[in-house]
Amino acid sequence: MRAPVKIKTLTIDGKEVSAREGETILQVARENGIDIPTLCYLEGLEPIGACRLCLVEVKGINRLVPACVTQVEEGMEVVTNSERLIKYRQMILELLFSERNHTCSVCVVNGHCELQRLAQRLGVTHIRFPYRYPNLPIDASHERFVIDHNRCVLCTRCVRVCDEIEGAHVWDVMGRGINSRIIADLNQPWGTSEVCTSCGKCVHVCPTGALSEKGKAVAEMEKRRQFLPYLTVMRGGRQ
Amino acid sequence: MTVDELQQLALKEQEAKQRYRCRINVCVATGCIMCGSERVKEAIEEAVKARGLEKEVLVQGVGCLGLCSAGPMIYVEPDGIIYHKVTPEDAPAIVQGLVSTPVERLICPPDLPFFKRQMKIVMENSGTIDPERIEDYIAVGGYQALIKALTEMSPSEVIEEVTKSGLRGRGGAGYPTGLKWSTVAKANGARKFVICNADEGDPGAYMDRTILESDPHRVLEGMAIAAYAVGAQQGFIYVRAEYPLAIKRLRTAIRQAERLNLLGNNILGTTFSFSVELRIGAGAFVCGEETALMASIEGKRGTPRPRPPYPAEYGLWGYPTLINNVETFANIPPIIRNGGEWFAKIGTERSKGTKVFALAGRVVNTGLIEVPMGITLREIVFDIGGGIPEGKRFKAVQTGGPSGGCIPEQFLDLPVDYESLTKVGSIMGSGGMIVMDETSCMVDVAKFFVEFCMSESCGKCVPCRVGTAHLYELLRRITAGEGTMRDLELLEELCDLVKSASLCGLGQTAPNPVLSTLRYFRHEYEAHILDKTCPAGVCAIRRAEEVPA
Repeated sequence: MRAPVKIKTLTIDGKEVSAREGETILQVARENGIDIPTLCYLEGLEPIGACRLCLVEVKGINRLVPACVTQVEEGMEVVTNSERLIKYRQMILELLFSERNHTCSVCVVNGHCELQRLAQRLGVTHIRFPYRYPNLPIDASHERFVIDHNRCVLCTRCVRVCDEIEGAHVWDVMGRGINSRIIADLNQPWGTSEVCTSCGKCVHVCPTGALSEKGKAVAEMEKRRQFLPYLTVMRGGRQ
Repeated sequence: MTVDELQQLALKEQEAKQRYRCRINVCVATGCIMCGSERVKEAIEEAVKARGLEKEVLVQGVGCLGLCSAGPMIYVEPDGIIYHKVTPEDAPAIVQGLVSTPVERLICPPDLPFFKRQMKIVMENSGTIDPERIEDYIAVGGYQALIKALTEMSPSEVIEEVTKSGLRGRGGAGYPTGLKWSTVAKANGARKFVICNADEGDPGAYMDRTILESDPHRVLEGMAIAAYAVGAQQGFIYVRAEYPLAIKRLRTAIRQAERLNLLGNNILGTTFSFSVELRIGAGAFVCGEETALMASIEGKRGTPRPRPPYPAEYGLWGYPTLINNVETFANIPPIIRNGGEWFAKIGTERSKGTKVFALAGRVVNTGLIEVPMGITLREIVFDIGGGIPEGKRFKAVQTGGPSGGCIPEQFLDLPVDYESLTKVGSIMGSGGMIVMDETSCMVDVAKFFVEFCMSESCGKCVPCRVGTAHLYELLRRITAGEGTMRDLELLEELCDLVKSASLCGLGQTAPNPVLSTLRYFRHEYEAHILDKTCPAGVCAIRRAEEVPA
C-alpha cells in the first residue's frame, strides 16, 4: 500500500492554498499563479538558494527564507511582495548589474535575458553602486560555444545541469567571494576539456549572455529549455 | 585496557610525578614557542643536568600559562612561582633558585589580578600537564568522565546532565548544547557523526588553538562522551592547516588514546566504539560555518547551504550529525565529572560556566584568559588586562571578530554574557577581544573587518559576494576623504540588505562592525566626510586644497 499523501494548507499573500508535504513555497506559489522572482532557481535542477531574489517573509520566523528551498508547513503565513522584499530584490539586481559588465545593447541575449527581464519587472532603472567592470576573459576555444565571464552572474545553473543532468561535471567554481569564477575542468580552456560532450545544455540554461552559441549576433541568442522538464520526467521524477 | 588498569596507570603516574622534589613547567604553546621557549627548556634541562639534579627536578613542556605577551613563561611547582620573559641565559639562575631564593627579576607578582581574577575550567590543566603525554592527562583525572558516562550513566542521563549544566555553544551563537545533543540523539539514522569544529579563524583569536595545543585529550574525551550520548561511532576534527602544532598534538593524542583503547572498538571493554579522524582545512574562514565545514569534509567546495535541514537531522553525507566547537567539548569532561548543577552555579542566569577570551590590542597584559560569565568588561580590560598602556584613553572593545561589534566606554560595566553583548550590537563570538584606545579610528576598524569578510566570502550568494565588496569600497572612499553623506546613506542601506538577505552567518553578520561603529561613533564617520579629517589621525586624508593641481 502506498503511503497516503499528506496535504498542508497555508496562506500566501493572504490567499489560501493547499500543498503536498515536501513541496516548496516557490512551487506552491507558482501553482497558484503567484510569481516570486528567481534567478539561480531552475525547475529540474537542485535548488541552492543562492541568488536570494526569492526571499519571502514567513510569520513567526524572524528572518527571511528562500522560497525555492523552504518546504511548506501547515498554517504557514507567507508574504511574497512586501515593500521590504521588493526593495531587497531591487538592490540585489543593482548588485548584480554593478558586479561585472551587463551592457544589454551589445549583448547576444538582448531581449531574451532573464536578468534584463527581472530588472524591467522590478523597475530597476539605474544603479546606485559604482560599476566594478573587472577585466575578465572570454573563452571561445570551444568549437560551438562561447563563455563570456563578463556576463556571468554565478547562478551555477551550468555547473548543476552539467553535473546533475548530463553527468559530465565540466563546470565548477574557482576562487572566493567577488573573485569567484566559473571554470572548465581544472581551469583550462573549454575547448580542451576532454569530458565536455558538447551537448549545449549549459548554454541553454544560462540566464544571461554568459554562455552562448557561436555565430550569434546581438539579440540573436534565444535559449531553449524544453529538454529539461522532459529529461527530469524521464529520469524518474527526480526534481 | 580495562577500567581498573586505567586507575592503576593513573596512580602509577601520580607516584612517578611525586618522586620529583619539584617540577619546572615550561610553556610550549605557540605563543611562547615564538618567543623561544623551546630553547629555554633545553637550557634548563642542561642546567639541571649540570648540577646533577635529574632525579629531583622534572623539566617538562606544558600548555599555555595565559600571559602570552610576557613569554616565555615558566611555572615552578610546588612552589607556585611564575617566571616571565625568561631567556636561555637565565636557566642556571632559575635552577639555582630551586635551592636558594627564586630569581627576583623574572618573577611575575603572584597577586597579579591577571591570574587572580581568572577561573579555570577549560584551561585547568594548562600549565601543569605535558600535552604530548596521555599519562599526564590520566594522572590528573583524565578520562574519568568517560568512564563514568560509559559505566554508570545511560546516554539520556548524559544528555540530561549537559542540559542541566546550561552549557551553550562556545563557537559564538550560544545554542544550548544539551538541546543540540538531544536533537541528534532523537534523529533517525543508520549512522551518526560527531564533528569538532576547530576551524577558528577570527583575527586575533586563538582560544581553540591553545586548548588543542595545551590539553588535546580533554577535547577527545568530550567528543567520546558526546558520541556515546547521541549514538555516534565516528568523529571528525576539522582543524585548519594554519595550526600545525595543534594538528601534531592532536595526531599524537589520537594515537595514544587508541593505544590505550580509550578510542576505537569496545572502549574500556564496553560495547561502545568510537574513532576520531582529523580533517585539515585549507584556511577558508567560511568553513567554520557548519554546513560549509561538512561540505569540506565530504570533499566538496566549502560553501554553506540553506538551513533547515539542520545538521542534526541531515548532516555529514546526509546522516544526523552533531557539530560542536572545541571549547564546548572541552567543557564536557568537568561537567560529567562534577555534575551539571556544579557547572550551572557558575556564571549568570542564562550564560553558565566560564569563557576563554583572547585578550589583544591596546592593553598592558595581552594573552589568553578564562573568566566566569557575567564578569564586567571593565574587570577584563582594567583588572586582568591591566588597563591601557602609555596613559592613553580607552575607546572601545571589539568582541566576536568580524561578526561582532565595537562596544564603547559607556558599556564597560556590562556583564559579559550572550544576551548583554547582543543587546549592545555585538556578539559573544568565539572569544576574540580586541581593546582599542584613542589612537584607533573606528571607520578604519570597520573597514578592516569588512575587508576580511569580503575576502573570506565564499561567493555563493549575491548579497554577501557583491555587497561586502561595495561595503568595502564605500568605507575606502570615506577613509580616503572622498566620501559623501549620500555614501553614508547607501552604506546603511547596504548593511541592512547584507544582514537580512545573506545565506549564512558570515554574510548575515558581516555588517556588524559597520553597524556598531555607526551606532556609537557616527561622529567619526561624519568627521571623515564633512570635515575631511580623521579624528584619531589614522587615515591619510589629503585635503582638496593640498592636492596638487
